Amino acid sequence: MSARKTPQPATARPTTPGFGTSNEDDSRLAKAESRAVRARSLRLLGSLIHPIRVRFWLTVAMVVVSQAAHAAGPALIAFGIDRALPALSHGDSAPLVLAGIGYLLAAVVTAWLTAMYVTSTAKLSQAMLLDLRLRVFRHTQRLSLEFHEKYTSGRIIARQTSDLEALRELLDSGVSSLAAGLMFMLFTAVTVFGLDWQSGLIMLGAAVPAAFLTRWYQIRSQVAYRESRVVSARIIVHFVETMTGIRAVKAFRKEARNTREYTDLSEKYRRVTVRSINLNGIYLPALVLLGNVTVAVVLAVAGFRVLHGELPVGVLLALVLSVKRFFQPVDQMAMFYNSFQSAQAALEKVSGLLEEVPTVRPPKEPVPLPEAHGRIEFRDVEFQYGDGPVVVPELNLTIPAGQTVALVGQTGAGKSTLAKLIARFYDVSSGSLTLDGVELSRIATPELRRAVVMVTQEAFLFSGSVADNIALGRPGASREEIEAAARAVGADAFIRALPDGYDTDVNKRGGRVSAGQRQLISFARAFLANPAVLILDEATSSLDIPSERLVQEGLARLLGGGAADAHDDGARQAERRTALIIAHRLSTVEIADRVLVVHDGRVVEDGTPEELIQGGGRFAALHGAWKDSLV
Amino acid sequence: MAQTQSTFLHALTRLYPHLKPIMPRLIMGFFSALGASIVALAVPQVLKVLINDSLHPGGPSSEVWIAVLAVLGLGILEAGLIALRRQFVISPATTVENGLRVSLYRHLQDLAVDFHDRWGSGQLLSRAMADLNFLRRWMAFGAIMLMVTTLTVIIGVALMFSMSWQLALVFLAAAVPIVATGTRFRRNFLKVARRSQDQAGDLATAVEESVHGIRVLKAFGRGREALESFNAQAEELRETEILKARQLAFFSLISTLLPELALGVGLVLGIALTASGQLSIGALVAFFATAAVVAGPVEAIGMLLSMALTAKSAIDRHFEVMDTPVTIASPERPERPERPAHLRGALSFRNVSFAFADELDKDTPHFLLRGLDLDLHPGETMALVGVTGSGKSALLQLVPRLYEVTEGSITIDGQDLRGFGLEELRRIVSVAFEDTTLFSNSVRDNVLLGAPADVLADEERATAALAEALDVAQAHFAHSLPDGLDTRIGEEGLSLSGGQRQRIALARAIAARPKVLVLDDPLSALDVATEELVETRLREVLRDTTTLIVAHRPSTVALADRVALLQDGRIADVGTHSELLARNEHYRYVIASLDTGPVDLDSELEEERELGNELEDEVNA
Repeated sequence: MSARKTPQPATARPTTPGFGTSNEDDSRLAKAESRAVRARSLRLLGSLIHPIRVRFWLTVAMVVVSQAAHAAGPALIAFGIDRALPALSHGDSAPLVLAGIGYLLAAVVTAWLTAMYVTSTAKLSQAMLLDLRLRVFRHTQRLSLEFHEKYTSGRIIARQTSDLEALRELLDSGVSSLAAGLMFMLFTAVTVFGLDWQSGLIMLGAAVPAAFLTRWYQIRSQVAYRESRVVSARIIVHFVETMTGIRAVKAFRKEARNTREYTDLSEKYRRVTVRSINLNGIYLPALVLLGNVTVAVVLAVAGFRVLHGELPVGVLLALVLSVKRFFQPVDQMAMFYNSFQSAQAALEKVSGLLEEVPTVRPPKEPVPLPEAHGRIEFRDVEFQYGDGPVVVPELNLTIPAGQTVALVGQTGAGKSTLAKLIARFYDVSSGSLTLDGVELSRIATPELRRAVVMVTQEAFLFSGSVADNIALGRPGASREEIEAAARAVGADAFIRALPDGYDTDVNKRGGRVSAGQRQLISFARAFLANPAVLILDEATSSLDIPSERLVQEGLARLLGGGAADAHDDGARQAERRTALIIAHRLSTVEIADRVLVVHDGRVVEDGTPEELIQGGGRFAALHGAWKDSLV
Repeated sequence: MAQTQSTFLHALTRLYPHLKPIMPRLIMGFFSALGASIVALAVPQVLKVLINDSLHPGGPSSEVWIAVLAVLGLGILEAGLIALRRQFVISPATTVENGLRVSLYRHLQDLAVDFHDRWGSGQLLSRAMADLNFLRRWMAFGAIMLMVTTLTVIIGVALMFSMSWQLALVFLAAAVPIVATGTRFRRNFLKVARRSQDQAGDLATAVEESVHGIRVLKAFGRGREALESFNAQAEELRETEILKARQLAFFSLISTLLPELALGVGLVLGIALTASGQLSIGALVAFFATAAVVAGPVEAIGMLLSMALTAKSAIDRHFEVMDTPVTIASPERPERPERPAHLRGALSFRNVSFAFADELDKDTPHFLLRGLDLDLHPGETMALVGVTGSGKSALLQLVPRLYEVTEGSITIDGQDLRGFGLEELRRIVSVAFEDTTLFSNSVRDNVLLGAPADVLADEERATAALAEALDVAQAHFAHSLPDGLDTRIGEEGLSLSGGQRQRIALARAIAARPKVLVLDDPLSALDVATEELVETRLREVLRDTTTLIVAHRPSTVALADRVALLQDGRIADVGTHSELLARNEHYRYVIASLDTGPVDLDSELEEERELGNELEDEVNA
């Protein structure tokens, strides 16, 4: 009956393979797709580094200099033993003093720069993480409800936590060890070439098998790490769902089933993790082995040259030792590459989320609407969710500013859809929807949100105090204003009765306040927001009668513009508010100037309550039923 | 120092039962790692001997081959030991991680609802994922490397002593200030590491809220404010992380600088000693060669120590949750005097008082319920009426023991709830809340979630029970969802409207075939006609079920045999609707519509409903 109420996945987005989050659960991607997501992930990494590139290169420079200073240590010792010692025996202590001071200097520079780049790396890494966190947060807030209705909160949390953690691991250890390792290898290579260029060539020859090995590792670990991202996101989704729905879990004894499912997921995650680590467990020793084999090869070739008298023995030892040292940072590099692969897989997912395009977009050139009056007009509006069936066929409707309209009709008739269109949670598929003559899609978001506020049945409370939650309606409101708003909707009494009054912590998801109380708080929010157009979508369903009576009075005041006395801007004082009310209860409808009966997305009756009752249509029948139920 | 060390040891002791089974492999991993570093250290020495002593121009080529084979052999051994360490350690470490993760989850599911009221799921998630991941990495790498490194340093210093005790003393002198700094570092770093983990958890909670509350944020256009507050939180985390790095940097500075300075002094002193003939050149060279080898591990110690400290705080965080007692649990020996089938379902509240757990810690706790008495006869339907915030929902949640009575008792057929096994109790008692949580599953699985095992075992009966429950709850719409009853709903599936969700949740409560049913205003999102239909059907189904239903409207009260009025934490009056209307002013105030009576208007017309039913029949047929 009302399946159409459910949005279908958006189709407005580009059809490039692998675009956005569409292939998020796949770990074995087709070649082109794999390349595309990889490139996307690298682009994201690049864009994160870009703003801090100066510090980045500065950090690298610190690493290089500290490495050089570090390398100076042994050289100074050699200098001390080779030169200063004989000089001292001859009574010349100058070289000794030089060596001593030089060594101390090198030590200070090394240690100081090391401390500097440890801090600097953390700053870099934290700056990038903060940047990415905010980007993801901003983007998820920007994405339309359509997106959120299919992408779970658990996934977004997974992107924001475990995926970012992977990036953090890379950044924290990677940069400095990579730079240090590369520098070390470069210096050592120069030494080797200085000693014997032929051996140097042999050493560099190891790069060929290393490249093959790395390529093999890259391809395998890419799949493993992608899989790890997918499974860890599934664990997180499951975990969050269980913890947020713990009451129902307990009440319906879902614990054992959940544990089974979670154990499976966790075991799967373990196996994927082991797989990725084991790949590295092959890659890393293989690289070490490769280095050692190269040392042996250099030894063999150079050894025979020694036998043939082509190479002095003294050079051979230095040569072989240097070649051995050349491969020393290889395990660091392997670790770096490992973190890199892991982070890249994570960034593939994050960049996919960032690539999603909001279907409801802020206007490029907004039409200013400094002061909304609240006249709403539908012209030939058609609406469908995604490419689903048409929910609202050709609607023409004008709601003059200040009118209170009740929307009546059966569940799934399209009342909520109309409300969501006016609040611009969705955009109309065709036709035009205007506020004060301005197309909704051309009003800047902050102005639109100031002018139109919607209160829904699910009154979500954020952790924080009751006062904080009311203040959401108008950040910066004073305590007096907050309390006045609560008084106006009749929430004041119960709030004062709470343990800490307005400062009571509502806890996670408002566990301590009942659904009715939450609705009262969200009413107070709306009251404080003081919009030109107020939409109430079954916002009073959980209220008991006394509360509803209070809300009624508050509502009457709110709609009549009386709320303005709680504010300093008296602009709207004289003016009435436009209101769109979806409610089951007649009491709410009774204060309406006009009733619209909606059926299958069409307005089938339209008039004042009195007119409709006299007209003998659907509303009249409903009204009759209501009269009966009063007895 | 003793104190921090003992707490660190304490943390390890807590972990030990989990480590015990993998201990042999950890130890073998340790020896592999040790072997690998010894081989790495030995290779240059071996090379020196081989090359300097046996290779000379004109010698036989076998000498070269021997040297090459020796180097190759050592090289393979080194790589092999590295591979072996990973082989020994990694898989068991992931097993431990996995075990900790699952037991945390299990414990979290057992913990009472009031725990979950206090803890954001992001905070818990950070413990289940980030902390345990880190712990695994530490077990497989950090802990072993810390031991290997410490051992290397100790052996190295001993060697240095054997070469020149004077120089070694100078080197060792540097250790004193390092140890002193280390103590402070340990204390401070632990604090900051803990703070950063907690902040990361809170940040995850903030993300969760921003997504669950996205409709509110969008409706009020508060995306920017949410971003700002998230920014502030993320900024705090960033600062903590940088502070962490600063502390580590400072300690690294001290722990690398002082030994190097000592070596600088040692260099001058050593050369002077050698020049005066108190030390041989060979010993001097060997001393500095060893010092160079020891320097690497010394530099790494700061990093490894910080890893160990972070791991310690991760262990603390884990056990903080694990140590939280399960306040609501099955009794050790559940009394099962009768099989549930024989239960009559008489529900009694005796002198029940209730306050939320955090209230009880206060000097003057606010009791929501105070000495409440109420009796429900078997099979009776009782409506519970009271003003918003009077404690109706809390009272209801006491019955399946989601919350626990603070004082007094609740009984079913005279037996205290606490005497039943929890599973058993929740099989007997079923609920539908005002917040309807559906799980990411098919409609079928959601509705049959609480259904008795014998019904589920039989495909046909299960299908019949499903159809009946949906019919009673007037949730026929479910049949016409895209994939019918197999349509996936919940967060990961199709989103349903409030009214639709409520009806599925009601169907779920009915399909559980409970002896006692508690309903928290389950019809609030339904229109009057649907409510009436639901009520008619409920009356039939609930004939043998004791029902306590929170009612906000006279139409819901109409479902009940009697009405209980909750006022000031007590049941102020019990009677039929008309009795209470006649005699109780507060009742009139709470329930009576008076002139502005709330009545539904969303109902469809009678003929439409009939038409709809016909359609449904067709669909069903």
